[in-house]
Amino acid sequence: MIGNNNILISAAHLNKSFKNQKVLNDLSIDFRAGERISLSGPNGAGKTTLIRCVLGQYVYKGDLKVLGLNPQTHHEEIMREVGFVPQIPPPLKMTVKEMFSFFSKLTNTPTDIFMEISNNLGLLVNENLKKPFLKLSGGMKQKLLVAFALGRNPKILLMDEPSANLDPKAREIFFDYLKNFNKDALMILSSHRISEISVLVNRAVEMDLGVVISDKTILS
Amino acid sequence: MNNGTLQIASLEIRQNLRSLAFWAYSILFGGFVAIMFALGITESQIIGFVGLGRLMVTFMQVSMVILPIYILITTVRSVVGDRETNVMEYMLSLPISFSGYFWGKFISRFIEIFIPVFLALLGAALWGTITDIDVPWDLFALYSFLLAAMVFCFLGIGMYISAKAHSQNVAIGSAFIIWLFLVAFLDLILMGVMLKMRMNPEIVIGVGMVNPLQVFRTAVLVLFDPKLTVMGPASYYILDTVSRSVFIVFSILYPIVLGFVFAFLGVRYFKRNDIV
Repeated sequence: MIGNNNILISAAHLNKSFKNQKVLNDLSIDFRAGERISLSGPNGAGKTTLIRCVLGQYVYKGDLKVLGLNPQTHHEEIMREVGFVPQIPPPLKMTVKEMFSFFSKLTNTPTDIFMEISNNLGLLVNENLKKPFLKLSGGMKQKLLVAFALGRNPKILLMDEPSANLDPKAREIFFDYLKNFNKDALMILSSHRISEISVLVNRAVEMDLGVVISDKTILS
Repeated sequence: MNNGTLQIASLEIRQNLRSLAFWAYSILFGGFVAIMFALGITESQIIGFVGLGRLMVTFMQVSMVILPIYILITTVRSVVGDRETNVMEYMLSLPISFSGYFWGKFISRFIEIFIPVFLALLGAALWGTITDIDVPWDLFALYSFLLAAMVFCFLGIGMYISAKAHSQNVAIGSAFIIWLFLVAFLDLILMGVMLKMRMNPEIVIGVGMVNPLQVFRTAVLVLFDPKLTVMGPASYYILDTVSRSVFIVFSILYPIVLGFVFAFLGVRYFKRNDIV
């Protein structure tokens, strides 16, 4: 399933437009297993669009392979190996308890793993089990979404501004998790606050106007 | 049914069981049956309709008024609503196929809409059994199938609109226009068209039979009133063309096929376009 040289995501001449406005402009880039990537750039650079193409949520022109497969035609198969934390937590109506059960059944991951990470991040799970997700504070929502993404131990971890709503202590624990995250996995962190995540990454990719304007390997 | 479809369907059902709208809808139909019993509708008689059959016919006529617009308005928001609120972006980053997500929602909506009306109808039949009123079980069976077929049909149309619409407002507006269009083509207006334009009656009736509401309305009466006298000339043409039993089979299968075609087109569009 995985392509040559442990390439987990391969984009070649990727184009995406919205009403004649090009958001991804002939983008070609590879992301490999073991890479920790910061994806940065101003608003409208194409970061979220690239992530959504990888998630199979946008129709695009060009060639895109995730784990060697087309993300639109093999969506479910690919998503078994992808953990994702969105920039804006969705207003899910299910309770926290239902979320644990839902994610556990869907991803074949024991509930305890999600609960342990949530608790470690500072979410008092047992006190919030009956609350609907959408009634939680922004930070609590983010902790849960991070727990669901990390707990699955995915081959690809995609995070769009994942620490934006976290308090300093939770952010510290979260970064510890990321430092110790599966070394064979690919991690992509999209963020405006590059200085904050620079200690976590070994490659920095900067985008603007739908193209990569800078791609640097960072030696630790 | 794959795991993703099952999880989405059960999640949606659990969420809707907590919603006020679901209980208001359920109580509306259950309460309607109770009120009809309390008012003694089973003892009244109009054009041969009497007893529990009279109650069931009235129940079906009320269902025909409420169900289509209720199904359309509540269903068209499901997919496009998830898209607008970023719920879909997140849910479809999980191991759920696009079609699994779509059909999971479809199945849950079907259960949530059909079960309350079916239970209301069943409740009427059981109450009739307890109180020694003759229960027309053939009518009960036909009406159960007709209700299921109508729910399936309008769910399919609703899900199609929801997949294609770019906003909830557009979806609700489209649903309302479609409902008005179908209501406008019920037999009274068809008769007007026939008289006014001197059109070939077969064409006018053919158009009428494309309308699932007209099919439902005619089928509700066909067991009771073999010549469909209460419906006027349009129904004579129908029964001159096909036998009563063929029409009953058609009235159940046609809405199901129509609903499935729309749902299929909806899922096809959903899979081939930007989903967020």
